[in-house]
Amino acid sequence: METSHNGPDAVSELPAAMLQTATAAGDWRLILPVVIALMAGALLLVLRHSRGSQSGFAILAVVAIIVVEIDLFWKVLETGPLAMTMGNWLPPFGISFAADLMGAGFALAASVVTLVVLVFFQAEIVPREQRHGFYPLVLLLLAGVTGAFLTGDLFNLYVWFEVMLIASFGLMIIGGRKIQLDGAVKYGFLNFLATTFFLVGLGYLYGLLGTLNMADISLVAPEADKRAMTGIAALFLLAFGMKAAAFPVNAWLPASYHTPDAAVSALFAGLLTKVGVYALLRIMIALLPASRDVLDPVLTAIAVSTLLVAPLGALAQTNLRRALGFIVIGGIGAVFAGMALPTVVGVAGAIFYAFHSILTMSALYLVSGLVERVTQATDTRQMGGVYAASSPISIMFLILIFGAAGLPPFLGFWPKLLLAQGAIENADWLLLFAVLANSILTSIAGTRLWAHIFWRQGREGARSEHKNDRLRSLTPLEKWAAQGSAIALVGVIVLAGLFPNLVFTSAGISAQDLINTQRYVDAVGIEVTP
Amino acid sequence: MTEYLMAPFVGAFFTAAIYLILSRSVIRMLLGIAVLGNGVNLLIFIMGRVSPEVPPIVPAGALRPSELAANPLPQALILTAIVIGFALFTFLLVLGYRAYQELDADDTDNMRLAEPKNAPRPPMSY
Repeated sequence: METSHNGPDAVSELPAAMLQTATAAGDWRLILPVVIALMAGALLLVLRHSRGSQSGFAILAVVAIIVVEIDLFWKVLETGPLAMTMGNWLPPFGISFAADLMGAGFALAASVVTLVVLVFFQAEIVPREQRHGFYPLVLLLLAGVTGAFLTGDLFNLYVWFEVMLIASFGLMIIGGRKIQLDGAVKYGFLNFLATTFFLVGLGYLYGLLGTLNMADISLVAPEADKRAMTGIAALFLLAFGMKAAAFPVNAWLPASYHTPDAAVSALFAGLLTKVGVYALLRIMIALLPASRDVLDPVLTAIAVSTLLVAPLGALAQTNLRRALGFIVIGGIGAVFAGMALPTVVGVAGAIFYAFHSILTMSALYLVSGLVERVTQATDTRQMGGVYAASSPISIMFLILIFGAAGLPPFLGFWPKLLLAQGAIENADWLLLFAVLANSILTSIAGTRLWAHIFWRQGREGARSEHKNDRLRSLTPLEKWAAQGSAIALVGVIVLAGLFPNLVFTSAGISAQDLINTQRYVDAVGIEVTP
Repeated sequence: MTEYLMAPFVGAFFTAAIYLILSRSVIRMLLGIAVLGNGVNLLIFIMGRVSPEVPPIVPAGALRPSELAANPLPQALILTAIVIGFALFTFLLVLGYRAYQELDADDTDNMRLAEPKNAPRPPMSY
């Protein structure tokens, strides 16, 4: 450049790029959950030979993460979105971490589920699997998920997706049974392809806008070429639709979720698809709303077909956990329905549903793990008579099925109510029909499962007086660790369903912040340059 | 202008990759994934606009780099994407080999352990 830029006046001409002061201590709480998870994961990897300390240390680390995230959640609830930028570089230059209520709430739900799964796993422990690094992988998965929920930068989101993906690959094949390898091939290829599509979209977005900071994108996107932006939004829709397992691209989920241990599949059912849904909500509603309006018919079509097809898939399955996989997919349809209804009520319904889905689906998989233990089978045709053998399991299963179907007074009812209200406000009768039909179909599929597993006396084809003789009772360890942790999670779900005010308020605030990004942009601190 | 000359290469990479990934053979799908990764990296590189070879370093005494300097950000993005892509590709390579050993199948149509071919009919009771 010319030498005239060397004087002190020239410095003031340039936009500020860097902070000279240290990061405020309060800002650290934003990345502390990720830091704890990564450090604990690394430490556990180093300590992989001292088996006794692994589980206790991992549980301690997750408890610490939960404490930090509760603090973060309250802070965001009180003062609005928080942000910090790495390395003291000011926002569009440095990588931002930004937490709004949606990200903080999802991160909190994810770590609660992880804690429950870690306790549940105590009853499932196989020394071989512990040696292969179950605990470090769980913590790395949690780091990836939390990072994805809290980051404020799209490329950083891609990195967290990959952290999550590689950890989930490891968890998927831990134990190395043949069926796991089969499921992992499908899971691995399709998910890797999805993140590659995400990367393609990122490349185009950077080429058009010259920025990857989320707050910055929401400011500059309206001025970019609308057709090109819609193409990019469609690529993101494909990538995250695959990640979330929405209807036409859902094949990997029922092919793989029933293959690993019950604890691992509970973790996956709660966390993985929801990260895809979260990214899609953030991109469609907050970053590229103009493109969302163009893609609205596509979103509606995906929502309706996912809502209707998934429970039919669940009806057709005889494998318990595969049937539950289809119920997970049905929930994704509900979130898409909220995205197709871009009012505060509709988006709040989508956010509430995703939150409910994190907790309920994990609990459902944990309970199905208990069922598989009691019946020593994975196929519902071999099951029967569990109600007589274990009433807590059957009550939990029924509560969770009603919750997943959206029957009052359980947690799943409230988001369905919001979605129905949003559909009526928008006079979108097709979506209203799909949301309600999904509830009916899911309750049919779920109660049929319940009737086959719990209600009938014996296995399929057995005479009614012939009891199922393959049932065994839970060992004390299974009773305390596995069943106890499942009861605790179901207790949280029931309480949140009976007293839904906090979740209602948070979902409403999150939806407002998504639709009107002003508070988020202010928190990140992008200066609008003329 | 260089961008326009390089864009067809991205197209060629993507075409080859999609053709290979659509195959039923796991080893071809792996090759497709590898080619696709390179295509995406080239795409990001072009999206950062190709400029003459002036390193993006602030000259002594100046406050900002030359207008002609290369864009350093796509290089950082590609470096990250290469590292991640390489790690995941390696994993998939080993996974494909293990699946070949255990399942004795390279053809995805024969990998039916998790989703059995003759799936039982749904129960008719209730």
